[in-house]
This record gives sequence, C-alpha cells and structure tokens, in this order.
Amino acid sequence: MPDRDDESVEQEAVTRSFWSGTITFGLVSIPVALYAAHRSQGVSMRMVSAEGTPLARRYFTTKDDRELDADEIVRGYEVEKDRFVIADDDELERLAPERTRDIDLRQFVDASQIDPMYFERAYYLTPNGQSTKAYRLLARVMEETGRAGIATFVMRTKEYLVAILAENGILRAETLRFADELRSPEDVGLPEPAEPSAAAVKRMDREIGKRLETRLDTKELEDHSADRLMKVVRQKVRAGEDVVHLEESEHERSSDVIDLMEILKRRLQGQTED
Amino acid sequence: MSARAIWKASLRFGAAEVPVKLYSAVQDRAVHFRLLDSKRHEPIKQHMVDPDTGTVVDSAGIRRAYETDEGDLVILDEEELAKAIPPESREIEIRRFVPHEKITHAWYDRPYWLGPDGEDERYFALAAALRKREVEGVAHWVMRGKDYVGALRAEGDYLMLITLRRAGEVVPASALPAPTGRALDERERALAKQLVAAMENPFDIAAYHDEYRERVVELMQAKAAGKVVKFPRAQIRKTEVDLAQVLEASLAAAGGKERKRA
Repeated sequence: MPDRDDESVEQEAVTRSFWSGTITFGLVSIPVALYAAHRSQGVSMRMVSAEGTPLARRYFTTKDDRELDADEIVRGYEVEKDRFVIADDDELERLAPERTRDIDLRQFVDASQIDPMYFERAYYLTPNGQSTKAYRLLARVMEETGRAGIATFVMRTKEYLVAILAENGILRAETLRFADELRSPEDVGLPEPAEPSAAAVKRMDREIGKRLETRLDTKELEDHSADRLMKVVRQKVRAGEDVVHLEESEHERSSDVIDLMEILKRRLQGQTED
Repeated sequence: MSARAIWKASLRFGAAEVPVKLYSAVQDRAVHFRLLDSKRHEPIKQHMVDPDTGTVVDSAGIRRAYETDEGDLVILDEEELAKAIPPESREIEIRRFVPHEKITHAWYDRPYWLGPDGEDERYFALAAALRKREVEGVAHWVMRGKDYVGALRAEGDYLMLITLRRAGEVVPASALPAPTGRALDERERALAKQLVAAMENPFDIAAYHDEYRERVVELMQAKAAGKVVKFPRAQIRKTEVDLAQVLEASLAAAGGKERKRA
C-alpha cells in the first residue's frame, strides 16, 4: 500500500485542490482531497493605467525608494515597536507536528448543536485513495445519525478547526472560528437582557406569522449590484468604448475558466472500483 | 471594554420597527507578519507600476477595468462604477421568515451582533418571538455602499445578523454525485455507527484552541531572545487494511477510554 506521502499540496491548476491528506476516524484512514465549496461571483476589477495597461504591484524600500526583487523581501514579526524577527517559512511549517496535518476526528457532535456564527468556509472532500469504501461508510453513518466530526489540523501555516459533515453521500469540511475569534454580547457591551412584556412579544409574533415561508428562495440571494455593473460593461463592449484588447499573457481569468462543479463531479465519480 | 457600533439602522417588517446598532462579532486573532526588506529588516512599501515603462502610477492615475471572458478590458470611470453602488439607507428590511434548518451552513458568511438603540423592549420582544417560533428572518440592507442579504437570528436573548453568500457562490451538495461503489457491508456499518456513538460528546467549542498560532508567537519571541528552538518530531503511522478489523480495534480503544473516564 502506498505510504502517506500524498500529503503535499496539489499545485495543479486543473484540479485546484489545495490540500490532500487523510481523515482518520478511530484507526480508519480515509485519503481525501479538499476543494472549495464556494466560488467568487463578485465583479472583480483590475487596476490599469489611463491607457488601459494592466498595472503590476511592485515593492520599494521605504528610505530610498529602490525597487525590490521578490528574493529581497522577507516576512517579519514585530516583537516590539520597529523591532522585527524574521519568520522563516520552513521553520513555520516545521512547527506543526506531523499528526496535526491529518484531520483526526476525535469527537462527534450533534450537527445541529454547532452555532452558525462559527462557520467560516466550506470545502468538499473527495475520495483520494484506491477505495471509496471507508469514505462512503463514514458519510453514510454521519448522515444517518445527524452527527458531525470535529477536528483541528494544520494546513500550510495555519491551524483550522473543522466540522466534517455529510450531505447527499458527500463529506464536507466546514472551517469553524475558534471561540476566541468571536466576541460575546458582554465583549461587545450589549445591555443586560430585559424581560419583554407578553403583549410586545405577541405583536412581534403576529408580524412574523404573516411573513412565514417554508423555504429560502435562492432568487433572494442574487447580487443586483453586480448585475447593474455588468449592464454598463455590456453596453460599453457593444459600443466598443474604452475597450482594450489584452495580450494572451496578460489574461488573468484564463486559468479560471474550468468550472468548479465539473471538477467536483469528476473527482467524486472518479473512483468506482472496490 | 465595549466595542464601537459600526452602523445604526432599523429592522423593519410590516408594522414592526426595531432600531438597532450593529457590531462585528468576529475579532481578528491571526498572527500578522509585515513584509520587510531582507537587508535592513525595515518595512517596505508598494506601488502600482506600469510594467511597460517602469513608472509608478499614483492613485489619481489608476483606472479600474473589468476583464471579460474574451480577454478584453473595459475601462470604467467613476460615474459608471457608481452605478453599481446602491442608494444608502438606514433600513434593514426583513422580507420573510423561514425555519432554522432551511438556511444551510454553507450560506452563512459573517456574523454581527445587533444591540438595541433606544427601544429595548421591542428589541428583546423580537428576539423572544424568533426564539419561540424557531425561525430566522431573511434581511436585506445596504451598508457602506454595498448590498447585503443576511439571516436575522436569536442568539440567546440577543439578536444576531449573519450575512449570507450570494446565489451562485455556493456549490450545493444536492447538485453533486455521491461517490459510488459496491454496497456497504452491514456489519461494518453497524460497527462504524457504534464507533461514532462511542466518540460522541456535547459540543464545547471553547475546548479547542489554536495551538499552532500560540506556537508561532512563542517561536517569534524565542528567536527575538536569541534562543535555540526545538521542533516537534514527526510520527509515523501504519496504514490498516481490513476495514471491519480496524473498526473493531477502534471501538475497543474508544470503549476502553470511556470506561477509564467513568
């Protein structure tokens, strides 16, 4: 059986998985790859000169404005005002013991107990080994019991707290905010709760009752600002106004064309033997 | 110490109006690094440069452009960009209420606490009514030139607003095919179920800490003090083959821990 060297981050733009590793559940290991469950839909703008040349971000010394090459730049941690310690990437990576690079599920919880305010981002897990059996087994059991597995793990130079959830036979990792990353009502300084009168609650309840629906229509989540901007863009393209054609090498979007949904479908259906 | 409100508005639905203040519920704990000049260890600055001429373009000379799928750039002026900015308002419109489970995890983005702004009774009455009905409101508002959709929820006695991601930003699990293979073995399924049950605990998020972040800060402090830093050693683990056997062994281990704790 292959050893566990599949831990390296997959760099390939085609697959766009930015982590592959192992979920452990008791003594069971499940090799997986991680894919974003979100894709950006906002209208992103590029910075250009008045003539339409795409601009590049460059770095300069503060004192004499000399341009710096990438190998002349390091990351520093400010230990006290204006005093820095250099943060070496190798050192930072070695800070994580190897076991913390796996998603080791040591606790299962009732998935409905996790407060939505903790959820940060979602990633799909796709099976990455020869067999999908252990993957399917864990997904099935978690979905049937409504349980989520909790784990912390280190990816690159950051520690993540994740809840592993199963839906529709697919495992998903939701990164959670650590407790100290959230303020409590006391931290914010909200006033002591006052007991509202029954009449006041009833008035609110009546208004809620009038607007009760059984589901969330995703039409309601459409981004109209983006739509308005895209309308202006289309008008200008038609009129040929302020349009600059880019050289092939200047395209930023070309590598992004591959649809995330297609990749996920392929990866989830890829391994059917066993 | 109390936090400063970042915005003030009124929640509105039908005849109900609740004035509120909005506070960020998230606080940044990340370890921040600065980019430094490798020789002098001094912070550096960045400029946008025209790569053809090598000249620095200052902020007044920078234009924004949209890149089309065909590889064209469409330059937009201030007036055109402003068309994307919705008109300012001090209203958070609640269009409808839905049961909790109808908004799934993947939609939630960023939480904000709402505090009462002069009308405490209405505020706490709304929180109580939402809690009792087990519903959340679907809210629309414009804040600092951007429109938002959010879920209005009761968190204990208080109100919280969690922004939601936009349609198309979430790939729903229902649209994806589940991995397939031979039917699962009944015995393995039963064992896996027992194992999950044996490892189940009530969820206490405060029990988890970002230990790595703490270690990074320690390393930086140690280096500043000129100390030699030791790194944790790697562990090697075997890969098991027979799933049922592994599940049984896991269960025995989990059961053993359970008894010790009791």
